[in-house]
Amino acid sequence: MRIKCPICGDRDMREFYYQGAAVMLDRPAPGAGDQVWDDYLHNRDNPAGDTRELWHHGAGCSEWVVVTRNTLTHQISHTALARDVKGASS
Amino acid sequence: MVNLSPISATQGVLPVTYGTLELCEICPDHITSLAAYRGQSDALSAALKSAHGMALPAVNRVTGRDGARAIWFGASVVLVGPAPDASLAQHAAVVDLSDGWCQLRLSGDRIDDVLARLAPVDLRWANFGRGHVARSQLVHANVAYHRLSETAVDIYGFRSMVHSIVHEITRAMASVHAFGHQ
Repeated sequence: MRIKCPICGDRDMREFYYQGAAVMLDRPAPGAGDQVWDDYLHNRDNPAGDTRELWHHGAGCSEWVVVTRNTLTHQISHTALARDVKGASS
Repeated sequence: MVNLSPISATQGVLPVTYGTLELCEICPDHITSLAAYRGQSDALSAALKSAHGMALPAVNRVTGRDGARAIWFGASVVLVGPAPDASLAQHAAVVDLSDGWCQLRLSGDRIDDVLARLAPVDLRWANFGRGHVARSQLVHANVAYHRLSETAVDIYGFRSMVHSIVHEITRAMASVHAFGHQ
């Protein structure tokens, strides 16, 4: 599988570290309540289809990349820098 | 403290040659990471230009020359050669990596064949030209490749892994050399 890093271009999967669902980017407010925090930390969907997930280009540019991947076909339809998704400038 | 002499990471191991292929270590005086503070990239570039004569490199590129180079390194830029000017610290986190990284130089007619055995990216001359940089792997080690010319490439790797890196490169050199000229 090859992942298109927005900075480095197409790279082999071995250069990346898989973190998990990109829901980690949507951190709830501190007082959001136990149920919201429980969902955020522990509860994940397991879809047969498109997922948004975080991969770290650890052996490359060190960027976090939001990858939209189909779990049935492993086809990657979209990649973006996590800092752009979050609207954080560098 | 007494004055300590720097020791080469590959003393007694390099240089190694196979035909026209050669691997040697370059020992820059300083390797320094420059990570611009938020919104400070332009100011850092101007300070770097006035202090060391080169602007910040674009993504996947270098600026400067042998002896004083700024190399794109992903999350930061590394300054290879001179001691960093104090003015840089106003705009960037400046971290001394001199003892942590080392610089190897692979040269010869068929380095593209050697690199093809080591990296999971296309580093052939047609695709990876002079002044290009790639952060990638050398077998299992994370490294940076910097193309100097059609027949020379610099490889930056962790000093702690340099013997593994040298082992992998020399093995690939031996195998390319054994096949002879095509």
